[in-house]
Amino acid sequence: MSAEWPLYEVFVRGKRGLNHVHVGSLHAADDEMAVRHARDVYTRRNEGVSIWVVRADAITASSPDEKDPLFAPSGDKVYRHPTFYDIPDNVPHM
Amino acid sequence: MTPTPDPSHEAGSAYDGLLEHHEVAGDDSQWAFGTDFEDPLAGVDTTVPDDVDAAALATYCLMLGDDALVMSHRLSEWTSNAPDLEEDIALANTALDLLGQARLLLARAAAADASVVPALPAGSPVPAEDALAFFREAGAFRNVRLAEVPNGDFAHTMVRLLLFSTARLAVLGRLVDSRDPVLAAIAAKGVKELTYHRDYAGRWFLTLARGTDESHRRLLAALDELWPLYPELLATHPVEAAVAAAGVGVDPASVAAEVDVVLEQVLAVSGVERPDKAALAGVRGRTGRDGLHTESLTRLLAEMQVVARAHPTGLW
Amino acid sequence: MTTTDVSEAGLLAQFEATVARNDRIEPRDWMPDGYRRTVLRQVAQHAHSEIIGMQPEGGWITRAPSLRRKAILLAKVQDEAGHGLYLYSAAETLGVSRQELTEMLVDGRQKYSSIFNYPTLSYADVGTIGWLVDGAAICNQVPLCRTSYGPYGRAMIRVCKEESFHQRQGYELLATMMRGTDAQRAMVQESVDRFWWPALMMFGPPDDDSPHTEQSMAWGIKRNTNDDLRQRFVDMSVPQAEALGVTFPDPDLRWNAERGHYDFGQPDWTEFMQVVKGNGPCNAQRIAHRRRAHEDGAWVRDAATAFARREQQEAIA
Repeated sequence: MSAEWPLYEVFVRGKRGLNHVHVGSLHAADDEMAVRHARDVYTRRNEGVSIWVVRADAITASSPDEKDPLFAPSGDKVYRHPTFYDIPDNVPHM
Repeated sequence: MTPTPDPSHEAGSAYDGLLEHHEVAGDDSQWAFGTDFEDPLAGVDTTVPDDVDAAALATYCLMLGDDALVMSHRLSEWTSNAPDLEEDIALANTALDLLGQARLLLARAAAADASVVPALPAGSPVPAEDALAFFREAGAFRNVRLAEVPNGDFAHTMVRLLLFSTARLAVLGRLVDSRDPVLAAIAAKGVKELTYHRDYAGRWFLTLARGTDESHRRLLAALDELWPLYPELLATHPVEAAVAAAGVGVDPASVAAEVDVVLEQVLAVSGVERPDKAALAGVRGRTGRDGLHTESLTRLLAEMQVVARAHPTGLW
Repeated sequence: MTTTDVSEAGLLAQFEATVARNDRIEPRDWMPDGYRRTVLRQVAQHAHSEIIGMQPEGGWITRAPSLRRKAILLAKVQDEAGHGLYLYSAAETLGVSRQELTEMLVDGRQKYSSIFNYPTLSYADVGTIGWLVDGAAICNQVPLCRTSYGPYGRAMIRVCKEESFHQRQGYELLATMMRGTDAQRAMVQESVDRFWWPALMMFGPPDDDSPHTEQSMAWGIKRNTNDDLRQRFVDMSVPQAEALGVTFPDPDLRWNAERGHYDFGQPDWTEFMQVVKGNGPCNAQRIAHRRRAHEDGAWVRDAATAFARREQQEAIA
C-alpha cells in the first residue's frame, strides 16, 4: 500500500492589504507541489494573490477551551489527531 | 396562478434570479472559471491589416487554433481519470486554457477569411468557431500530429505537454509582436498560460524521472514514443514562412534553438538522455500542418463532432 | 483520543448545549461517538457523490456540441472535483484519510448519491442534471451550510456558492435548446421525463422510513426532513418547468390551494432500494471507473512521494 501524500493547509491573501486567511486543505507530495495545487484548486490561478501552504502536521494548536482538561498536552497537532473511528474488520493495514 | 418560491426560506437564496438569468446567454465568464475572466480582445482593433494575405492569416490561425483544440481534447479526457483530485483539477485548468486559445484563434481565422468556414444549412445559428471545430473533415485540420495521438499513461501526457508547451510558448513569445493586433493579444494571454503549463509538465518530468524505478521506466518509454513527433513542432510550413515574412506570424524554425535549450535543461536536470529517434515521416512530405494526420484524428473527431453534426441547425 | 469516563456526562451536556445554541462543533471538541460516526458517514457520502458525479457528465465533455458548452461543462466537472476535495478535507478533520475513504468507496463500504447510478443518454442530460439534480442537491445543501459540524459547514459554503452557478448553466442550456429545433425540444422533454423521478429520490426515503433522520436532526447535522425538502423542491421546480415549456411525468401533480403546496406522486421506492443496494443501471460501472483511476494513479503518487523524500534527503546531505 502506497503512502498518501501529506495534508497541507492553504492560506490565501485575496488582495493587498488583507490578512492571509485559511481557505482549506489539499494533499501534495512536497511544498512546491502544494503551492501549485493551491493555485489550481483554491485560486484558479488568479494572479496577484499570495498563497501560503503549510503541512498540517507542522501546526501547533492551543486547546480550543483552556479549561478543558482533555487537551492538556500543548504540543497536540490539530488536524490529524487520532480518532476512534471504527474501522471494519476487513480493512487491511490498520 | 403559479406560486413562486418563498424567498424568505433558507433554500430560496440559491434559486434567486434563476428565471431572470437564463436569458443571459452571452455571459459565460461566471461558468468557465479559469478562462475568460476578461475579454483578451477588449479594445483591440480587429480589422485585418490591409497588406496581409487574408487566406494565409486564416490558415495560420487554424494551425495554432487546431493545435490548442486537439491538445485540449486529449487533456480533457483525463477528467475523472487523473492520479489524484488535485491533478484532475490541474489538467482541467490546462485544457480550459487551451480551449480558450482555440476559440479565439478559430474565430480569428473565420474573421480573416470566411471561406475557410464550412457551409451549413441556411439559417443555421451555429457560430463560425463551432462550424470550424465541428463541421470540418480531418483533412482540413492543421494541427501537428503530436497533439492528436491517443493518451497513454500520465508520463505520456506529461512528456507530450512538455514538448507541446515548450514549443508553443516560444512561438507565442514572439507572436506578441505580430502586426495583427488580434494575434498579438491572443499571444499575450497565451504566454502567461503556457508558462504555467510548461512549468507544470517540467516539474512532473523531473519528478517521474527521479521518482521510482517504475516512473523512470514509464517516462523513458513515453519519451521514446513521442520524440519522433517533436521535429514536426519546429518545422516550417510554407504558410508559416509567408506569415512570418509579413511580420504577422512566427516561423517555428526560428525558435527551434531556444526550444531545444529548454528541453536540454529539463533532460539534464532529470538525468535523462536525449532519445536517439528519427522524425516520424509524412506522406510525400505532408504532415499535420498539411492536413495529413495519424489514424487517431478521425476517431477523435468522430467523438468530438457527433452531437453537433446530428443537429446542423441546432442552437446550443 | 484518550479520555476518562469521569466527566463523560458533563462533556455530553456541554456538547448538547453547544448544539442547542446553534454553535459549531470543531474538530478538537469532545463529541459523542455516534455523532462523529454520523458526521463522517454523511460527509464522506457527500464527498463520494461529488467524485462519482463527475462521471455521468464528464463523459460528455469530449462530445459537447459547441466550444462554449465544452468550456462550461469542463469547468463544471472540474468544480465537482474541487467540491469532493473540500469535503474529503472536512472528513479528514475526523481523522480518516482521503485514501482510506476512497478505499471504502471502491470496496462498497460507503455509499454515494444514487442519482449517479442512472445513465446519461443525450446532451440534454447535461442540462437536466444541472437543473434538477443540482437543484435538488442545492435544496439539500443550503441548509447544511448551518450544520453543527464546523468544517462541514465551511466546506458547504464554498460548495453552495458554486452549485448555484451549476444549476443556472443547466437551466440555461435547456432553455437555449427549447428555442432550437423540434429535435432538440424532444431531447429536452425526454431527458426531463427520465430524470424527474430519480431527482425526487435524491431526498431519500419518506420520513417514516428514514432510519437516521431523527437523531441527525437532534444533533443539528441535518436541518430538515426528507419529505419537507422534497416538497420544497417540487414547489420550486413546477414554475421553472412551465417557464421552460416542459412537463413532468406525474399525473398526480397539481396545485393544492388548501395546503399551499403542490401534490405529487411517489417515486418507485422499490427501484430506489434496488439502486441503493447496488443494482442500479450504472453502479458497477461507476465504481469500476473510480477504482481504475485510483489504482492507475498509484504509481504516479508513489513517484511524487519518492521524489519528495529524495529531495529532502539531498537538501540535508
